Order: sequence, then C-alpha cells, then structure tokens
Amino acid sequence: MTSERTADARSRNGRTGGHGSGAAPLPLRAGSDPVPADPVLEVRDLDITFGRGPGAVRAVRGMGYAVRPGEVLGIVGESGSGKSVTSLAVMGLLPPHAHVTGSVRLRGQEILGAPERTLTAFRGRTVSMVFQDPLSALTPVYRVGDQIAEAVRVHQRIGAAQAARRAVELLDLVGIPNAAQRARAFPHEFSGGMRQRAVIAMAIANDPDVILCDEPTTALDVTIQAQVLEVLKTAQRETGAAIVIITHDLGVVAGFADRVLVMYAGRPVEVGSVDEVYYRTRMPYTMGLLGSIPRLDRGREQPLVPIEGSPPSPAALPPGCPFEPRCPIAVPACAESEPEPVRVGSPGHLAACVRSGEIEAEGWSPAQIYGMRAVASTADTAVRGERPRPRGERDLVLAVDGLVKHYPLTKGTLLRRRVGTVRAVDGVSFDIREGETLGLVGESGCGKTTTLMEILELAAPQGGGITVLGHDTARMSARDRMAVRRDMQVVFQDPLASLDPRMTVHDILAEPLRAHGGREVGPRVRELLGMVGLEAGHAARYPQDFSGGQRQRIGIARALALEPRLVVLDEPVSALDVSIQAGVLNLLEELRTRLGLSYLLVAHDLAVVRHIADRVAVMYLGRIAEIGQADRVYDAPMHPYTRALLSAVPLPDPVMERSRRRILLEGDLPSPADPPSGCRFRTRCPLFRSLDEAVRRRCVEEEPQVRRLGDDHGVSCHFAERLGAE
Amino acid sequence: MAGFLARRLLNYLVLIVVATSLAYMLAASALDPRSNYEGRNPPIPPAVVDARLTDLNLNDRTPLFERYLTWAGALAHGDFGRTVAGGSVGDDLGRRIGVTLRLITVGLLVGSVTGVLVGAYAAVKQYGAFDRLSTALSFVVLAVPTVVLANILIIAAVRFNEAVGAQILLVSGEATPGLQGGFAAAGIDRIQHLLLPTLSLSLGLAAVYSRYQRNMMLDVLGADFIRTAMAKGLSRRAALTRHALRTALIPAVTYFAFTFGALLVGTTFTEKIFGWHGVGEQLVDSISTNDINTVAAISCFAALAVLLAALASDVLHAVLDPRVRVG
Repeated sequence: MTSERTADARSRNGRTGGHGSGAAPLPLRAGSDPVPADPVLEVRDLDITFGRGPGAVRAVRGMGYAVRPGEVLGIVGESGSGKSVTSLAVMGLLPPHAHVTGSVRLRGQEILGAPERTLTAFRGRTVSMVFQDPLSALTPVYRVGDQIAEAVRVHQRIGAAQAARRAVELLDLVGIPNAAQRARAFPHEFSGGMRQRAVIAMAIANDPDVILCDEPTTALDVTIQAQVLEVLKTAQRETGAAIVIITHDLGVVAGFADRVLVMYAGRPVEVGSVDEVYYRTRMPYTMGLLGSIPRLDRGREQPLVPIEGSPPSPAALPPGCPFEPRCPIAVPACAESEPEPVRVGSPGHLAACVRSGEIEAEGWSPAQIYGMRAVASTADTAVRGERPRPRGERDLVLAVDGLVKHYPLTKGTLLRRRVGTVRAVDGVSFDIREGETLGLVGESGCGKTTTLMEILELAAPQGGGITVLGHDTARMSARDRMAVRRDMQVVFQDPLASLDPRMTVHDILAEPLRAHGGREVGPRVRELLGMVGLEAGHAARYPQDFSGGQRQRIGIARALALEPRLVVLDEPVSALDVSIQAGVLNLLEELRTRLGLSYLLVAHDLAVVRHIADRVAVMYLGRIAEIGQADRVYDAPMHPYTRALLSAVPLPDPVMERSRRRILLEGDLPSPADPPSGCRFRTRCPLFRSLDEAVRRRCVEEEPQVRRLGDDHGVSCHFAERLGAE
Repeated sequence: MAGFLARRLLNYLVLIVVATSLAYMLAASALDPRSNYEGRNPPIPPAVVDARLTDLNLNDRTPLFERYLTWAGALAHGDFGRTVAGGSVGDDLGRRIGVTLRLITVGLLVGSVTGVLVGAYAAVKQYGAFDRLSTALSFVVLAVPTVVLANILIIAAVRFNEAVGAQILLVSGEATPGLQGGFAAAGIDRIQHLLLPTLSLSLGLAAVYSRYQRNMMLDVLGADFIRTAMAKGLSRRAALTRHALRTALIPAVTYFAFTFGALLVGTTFTEKIFGWHGVGEQLVDSISTNDINTVAAISCFAALAVLLAALASDVLHAVLDPRVRVG
C-alpha cells in the first residue's frame, strides 16, 4: 500500500515538472550544471528550535539547499553547527520537542509537517539515511540479512524469500565477501566497516533518490573510511541518487562532493562548488577552517592558523554575524546585523559576509586575513629553526625494547580455562630522545594505547624492557617510581572525563603539586594558567564552565605542573573540533620548544602526527611496521601498510584529492588473538599479492623484523625495496 | 545450544546439592525437636523420646554429620524422611507444591506481562499522563507491604460482592468445600478463589517489572537502531514493537529468575492471608514445630524452583539474544 502511494506521488511530480521551477529563485541555489535538472531535495528557510520561551535553543536558522539527481553535496561544520539536526529534520526524525518551520520538498512534494503515513512512505524509499555510528545503527537481535530484507519489504510487495535474496544481492553490491552466508550473521559478528556497509545496503535497498549520510566515516579508521567512501560511490552509481554528505572532515568533502555548504551557528555561511569554496574562499570562517587543519602533505614548518575563541552557544547568539567575535577582519557593521548569503564571484558561490565583496575585489588569501597570528607563529618557527644538537648526542628519555603485552582469553565460569591469547603488543621497540616528539600511529586495535598504558604503569612488563629517564621499570623501587612519575606526565583524550567535575581548576592544578610536597601552590597555578593561555581568574571555576579546547588546556596545564621532561599525549586533540584543535596543537608545539619537553604522542590522525612529530612509528597488529623520521616516513614510505594508510587519508585539496591514486586495503584488521603467520600484514598486503609464489613463502613463514633502510628509518618488510623500486 | 544447557544443568545440580545440604545442616542445628516432647504431663521418659527421635532421624544426640548422611542417603532414593508427627514429608509436600505453584505461576505470568507492557508503554509516552500515573501507582504498591495490600484487596472484594449482591470474588481457601455441581462449576469456583491471591501477588510484581522495563525501554528508545528502523520506512509503532521492545525485553528476562525466588518467599504471606494451604504456609508451620525434615525438603524445593527459573531465563535469554547464543 505504501509503495503505491509513493509511486503515485512520483508520477504526479513527473507531470507538473516539479514545484521548484515555478517558485522564486532559491537563496542558495548553486547551478554548476549548465542544464540544471529539477532538484530532488529542496530545503528552504529551515528553522529548528528546541524548547520554547527564553531558554529555547535555535539550532538551525534559515538553512537552505537543493540537490539534483546524481549530485553530491557536502555539508561541513563543527559540532553544534546544526548540520546533523538538519538532516534529521529532512527525514522527519526529530524528537517532538523540536519545532521545525520552513520547507522541505522531496521531488516537489512538501514533507515538512506531513502526516506520519506520508513520511513513512518517503523514508527509505525516496530518501534514506546512513548514520554515523555503525556499531549501534543495527538492531543487535536480528540477522543483518533480515534487517535489510525488512527495509525492502516495507516498501515493496515481495515475498520473504525474494526479499532475502535481494538482501544478499545488496550485501554483495556493498562488498561483503561471501554475502549469502554473511547475511545470516548478527550485527555483533560484523566489524565496524562491515556494519557501515550493511547500513549502506539498507539505505540503497529501495533505490532512493536522495541518500543523506551523517558523518558516515567518522567512527571508522582511515583505511576502512576509504573503503566505505568507495562503497558509497558504487551505491551512487547504482542508484543514481543524490548524496548529501555531512561531515567535519574537509578532506572527505574535497574528494567526494561536487558542491559544499559550510555551516556555522545553525546557518549556511558559504556555499559553492568544491573548487570555488576551497580555492576562492570568500568567508573568513571557511578560510579559518581550511587554515586550521593539519595537512598530511605539509610538515610542521607551516604553522596552523587557529580560529580564536570557540563557536557561540546556540542558546546565546551574538546580535550580529555569529562569527564576528572570532573574526580577524570584523568591522563594526558586523556586530549590527546578520549578513545574508550573497553571490560572490562565479554563479552559485554565495558567502554570508559583509566584507565578501572586499575579499573578492582584493583577492585576500586566508594567510593575509589571519596574517597577524600567522606572523607570530612564524616567529616561533624561527626560534625553533636553530636545530639543537644532533639526535645521537641528546639524552635518551624513553627507551622501549621488545615490549610484550598479552591478554589471556578465558572461557567457562565454574572452571576458567585459557583458550587463547590476545597479542595486543608483541615485541615493540622505539626510543625518544630529549626534546623530540615521537608519534605512535595506527588503526584501532593495533596496540598503540596498550603500549602507552604499559609505559605509564611503570611496572615490569611481561616481556622486554622499558627504561624511563634512565630507570629500568623492572628494577624500580617505590621511591624511584614516585620520582619518575614526577618527570613523566600524561594528557588524556577526553578532556571532560579526565578532569574531576567537583574540583575547581585551582584544585586540579594544585593536586599534583601538593602530592609531590609543594606548599606555596598559588603562584605556580597562576603561572600554569598563563602558560596554556587561560586567565588567572579561571582558577576558581569548575571544568564544566569551559569549552572543550579550554578543558584540554587545563589538562595540559595539569600535566605540566611538575615540570616534567616527558609528556605522554593520548589522542590529545581527537575530541576537539578542527578550529579548536589547531590552537591546542600550536600550544603543544610552543610548550615543547619553550620548556624543552619530549612528547610521546599516540594518535590515529596521521595529519596531526605529521604536524607535530619529529619521528613516527607506525604500528600494525601489535608490531611496528615502520619507524623513522617523520618526513622520511611520510614522503617516502617503505612499508606497504604505511603506503596504504597514507594514501587513505583524504587531503583538503580538491584537485590533489581527485588526482590521487588510493591504495585500497581489502578486508579488516585480523584478530590479534590469531594473527597471520609470518608477516602479519600479508593477508591484506598489495605487495604480497604481486609477488610470485616462491617469494611469497618468505612472507608466510618468516616474521619480518624492523631493519634499517637508511639513517633513522626502519621497516619490517622483507621486500620493502621492491616497493621503493615501483 | 544443547551443550550450553547441559553445562548449565550440571552447574545447577551442584548448586542444589550444596544449597539443600546447607539448609539441612542449618535446620538440624537450629531447630530442637526434643523440645516438642518436653513439659508434657505426664512427662515422657527420656529413653522413649530418644528412641522416637532416633527413629525419625531427629535425635540431637546423634552427631550432626551422621544424621546428615542418613538423611542424604534416604534422599538419594527420593525419600525426604518423616515429619515430627511421623507422617511422610513427601506426601504432604507434593499436594502443597501443586497449590503454591498454581498461585506463583499464574501470578508471575500475569505480573510480569502486565509490568512489561505498562513499563514499555510508559517509556514510549515518557512524562505523559500514563507514565506519571503508572509511576505513582507502582511506587505506592512497592511501598505497601503485601500483608496490607492483601487485606485491602479482601476488604475491597467484600464491598464489591455486597455491591453486586453475589459472591463473585471469594476471599478464603482455594476451593469451596463440598461444592455441588459438575466439572465446570468446580473450575469456575477455583478461578473465583484464585483471582484475589493472584492479584495481590502480581500487583507487586507488575510494579517492580514496570519500573525496570520502563528504564530498559528508555535506554533503547534513544538508540541509533530505532532511528535506523524508522529511516527504513517503518512506522513508529512498528519500530517500537519490533526493534525497541524486542531488544529491551532481554534484561527483563534475566530478571525473571530473581523475582521467582522472591515470589516464593512472598507467597508465604499471601497463602496465610487467603487461607491457601501451600508450601509457604507449611514452611512457617514446620519451623514452629521444629520439623527439620520438612524445612530441609522445602528448602530443597525452593532451590530447585529458583534454579529451574534461572534455567528458564537462561533459555529465554539465549532465544532472545543472539549474542549469547553465538558468542
């Protein structure tokens, strides 16, 4: 019944030729197409408010866009900019306490405020959605195939057996190997990447006209992200659907989208074709975003340009342009009224800035606009420029030698018995010298966090040795341990979870000082706050009064309280928005040069690591695949895994991104409880596949050790030279 | 699945043996059957009392462990020993177990199903009138002891009967003695008797379950997979029943075993108040008559019942949750 109604709606729209064409021109129409087809999805003047009265939160204000068949629109913005709420409004999935006004037209039909029956007929058929977190997007108690078949049967009148066959076809289409068998699996038997594939299969089950993707790859590792983006491209080819991809990752948009819309404080502030927006940016916020992302193709020489301050709270917006308080080129007019998006430069390129005309006329570059601060950072670089003593002469701060950490896998309740071993860390060696930063990178499950925890524990490891500041952890007395703790501090990933909410900032910073016998802590706390760019007056407040970036600064101040020599950074910026992240990264860099710190940085974001690390170690399944000077590893990777990893990271540069050759890895990370024999990477290795049978045997039988390929560059691959010769 | 159940059964068997043995030891060392024969007029000669107690395997002059072995040996052959009065424990208990199980099973089913439905609906309509009402009611029921609740029910039933002018709700016993009429009449009579005790048992249970299920459901309602289900084109109702309720049932089922044990104890009051001659009533009576063998037998029955309920909830859990089955 539902399907008939939809079909009916479609034919009606076909006759009238769509509503949009007769209406007034869209405020945000971007016609890059010479002969624009009618948009399949048109959003106009969308306002979304949560709650009522003075406490109401205006999450989205005057949002509008249109997508045509086969077009990919990227919506970018930081958290809280209203991008996800917009897509939920399009799907009609907002909670009841959200008040939505404006217009959402699907194939010309207004669906905002439409009755539930109309909406269910559209959902999954005309417009479908791929959500952010694949781990929770599937109902845990039903088989994956059944859930896809359910999506088919909601809209199509076909039998159960036929729907099940269609589900298998769809799973096959999205690249699930052995689809017929895997369709009978439950969601928990699928890895994150496979679940996201299944969600995509569900989204394309009824050949939709629009697919909304809400951060579809944010929860995934880069190599899996590359796979999933590839699947989305396939899905689009198969269905000819328009895709709206919502993301905070400007790299993903650069390679995937045709047009891009930048949101800030619930409003679109710049929209246009990807090339226009990236290369002829006309809105200072977009410029700030582009300038603040660390890039894989640029080293640390180029400092990041952070945007000062943090996004306004949607409950308390400034009177004028919401970006005015953070804008480097704000003029008094900016604070008076909010600018409407106006056309700048080529058709379809709109920017909401009173000075966009000036920017256009003068051709200001982001560097010029954010010039003041960029100069200051360059001064920093100059200081840093005079390189300290060569690496070999500097003191060893941390040495990890053949570190092993295995977890037992047990079974049974009454009689526990060991059935296997998870080889989380299986022989890892690296060292850090005074004043340098080592980045430990790898995908989730590679053992980087375990390595870090083992080092922080300061206890004798299961195998191998750890030497911190000249003390071997295996032969450490309690007194030594206390002394070493003072010199080795840690900054955690989640700034809110790692600060006690019931302690004031002063108490948080004073605690380590008192624990190590400090008495007069007041001046030191003030000094620390100043060091991380906070005000002395902030000491009396509680962590919840601060924004994410400020909280992380408090975390850094706490780590620095005891003047450590080595600071361990566990994903220090991954919980922060891009514009905030840049400021924290710059702060870390500045502190390192000023205080002569050494960092051990654990991160999954390769661009972040490239930006602040002197040396990198790439981990795969509990082993080091490649280690060496950052520039060498990034510019001339010698391990096939490093190559694939680097090629999977999207660059925020449309032209480069389109021309890149991506090495897609097949499948998922093998289980660390049962790693492949010989080289652990061989099951997914493109090089291994290109070798002939006789040579391959070495990869299967012999586990490669890290061997030096040059000055400070080691690779654990038997055939790394062949890769280099390619 | 079969292997999983077999392993569970084996575990449970061990647990039953341990629980029953401990219960026997405790009862045998705490209760004093000898006192039953003291203070009689004319006094019974100690030798006669001794002989009688030894005959019943209740003599406290025999070492505890020896008595335990005798008792356990008989139990292995299905003999629960004899009561202080000399009758067989097994015979009397069999009839009473039937009575109690009838009460509990019906009460449990009615209570848990009602509770789950009320809780789930309240969660869907969170902060609505139904949610507020059911929350208030369940807290009232939870706060009122069974004794008070049962008596309120009895008073209400009597008023009701007076109002309609017929004996619809019967408040005492499990059947009307000497009832004339055929099988159907007897059946209706039993249902009339069953109604109130079941209600008093299931009200408390429904209150507990509704609170529990409401929380479980609220957790699931915010889950991403409900959004996915609706994004597929399922109506809200279909998404809620097929995806939300189905998933939120899993923890409620695990809770089943615990409530069953609590219910077994809870029926003691209900049976006493409504004049049902069930196991709960007998447990109280046998403690006051120092009837060690009956106490041990009832403990054994309780252990068995609780573990069977646990097994049932394991099976249900495995049926509902594939992660248990496969993993």
